[in-house]
Amino acid sequence: MTVLGRFPALSGVDLDVMEGDAVLLSGPNGAGKSTLLRLIAGLVPLTGGEGQVLGRDLARDRRSFRAEVALLGHDTFCYDDLTAAENLRFHARAAGRPKAVADAVLERVGLGRSANVAHRLLSAGQKRRLALGVVLAREARLLLLDEPHAGLDAPGREILDGAIADAKASGRTVIVASHELEQVRALVGREVVMAGGHASGGLVAEPDGDLVGV
Amino acid sequence: MRRLVSELALVAGKDLRIEARSRVTTNQVLPFAGMVLLLFAFALDPDRGLLPRVAPGLFWVATLLAGLLAVSRAFAIEGENGARDGLRLSGLDPAAVYLGKAASVTLQLLALEAVLAAGMFLLYDVEVANVGLLVLSAGLATAGVAAAGSVYGALAAGLRVRETLLPLLLLPVVAPVMLGATRAWEAALSGAPSEAWPWVQVMAVFAVIYTALGVVAFGPLMEES
Repeated sequence: MTVLGRFPALSGVDLDVMEGDAVLLSGPNGAGKSTLLRLIAGLVPLTGGEGQVLGRDLARDRRSFRAEVALLGHDTFCYDDLTAAENLRFHARAAGRPKAVADAVLERVGLGRSANVAHRLLSAGQKRRLALGVVLAREARLLLLDEPHAGLDAPGREILDGAIADAKASGRTVIVASHELEQVRALVGREVVMAGGHASGGLVAEPDGDLVGV
Repeated sequence: MRRLVSELALVAGKDLRIEARSRVTTNQVLPFAGMVLLLFAFALDPDRGLLPRVAPGLFWVATLLAGLLAVSRAFAIEGENGARDGLRLSGLDPAAVYLGKAASVTLQLLALEAVLAAGMFLLYDVEVANVGLLVLSAGLATAGVAAAGSVYGALAAGLRVRETLLPLLLLPVVAPVMLGATRAWEAALSGAPSEAWPWVQVMAVFAVIYTALGVVAFGPLMEES
């Protein structure tokens, strides 16, 4: 269970995700998807129950695995007065990646021509691309994507879908919380439906893309 | 150790670059501190000969108030766009983040003090008998203010009342530093260095204690803020 403020934001969540899995978290607004992702990222405490992320205890040791997790949340995690390139290089270097990784990611997310533009001057769509770039530049083992398609134009969505497919192909674990169900179902192998802070069972995608209950 | 230094430099470089771009220190903090010095000069009437005697105290009051702004700013930038969560997820050692922030605040304050000191010598008509003591005590006092400021800055960072809470937390704590720096500067101006050494030691111990405290406590403080 996780309590935010006075109310439990999550309770009764029973979720197993194996390394290399790609999972869609679906459910209405307020179902607890974002909180669950932040919990898995180690950003909010587990106040009851138990959990493990990348083999580490979620309740006692949530700082130990953060370096191996990348979260695409509602914020960009970027500094307004730094340029797109400087923000990406900072996050890449913090994760122990060379500058070349950041520069390659900048091109990959289509921000090569805006490399020297301050974050505050980027459009909303460019900021979302930069936030995706921060996730990719970290080269993390576990990718947590919260409404990743929001604010992206069609080319941006293609870049995102390609990044999810690549992460999945390279054996990394991806958990996507989204309302873009059809688009994400095509990319992942499993769906977990959340409602009212509960994860109410899972759905498994067969190879042909049909969903069956479990 | 090498990794700690590398991460410290990464955080300090990032903070200094942001300050250079935003120019808050040069366009707001420095004029504010200069205004404090100028107002005291008017209030104490230069003709009464008081200013050269109270100059060290006024200088360190102005520096301390400017330091509050610099510390507040150092943590305000982490509130932009969820940057604090980005730092927590970054994998950076919290001790390196703390030391990087304290180093950035120290460098900003030292630059500010150099300009303010020049203004003080002009406005208050003071002469320095021992430059080495002046510089040493300024360095220690600044390191102490930055070390303590970065601890309390992290403590207040996530709170809505951080702008008012930070001075309430920090000013009483750094009172010994202000007192020590003032006494050491008085000794440096009058050419009696032996009177300064106990205060220099107090400032050194203060800086070491708060740096050690910050290194240990910054991780938990980042979680709570």
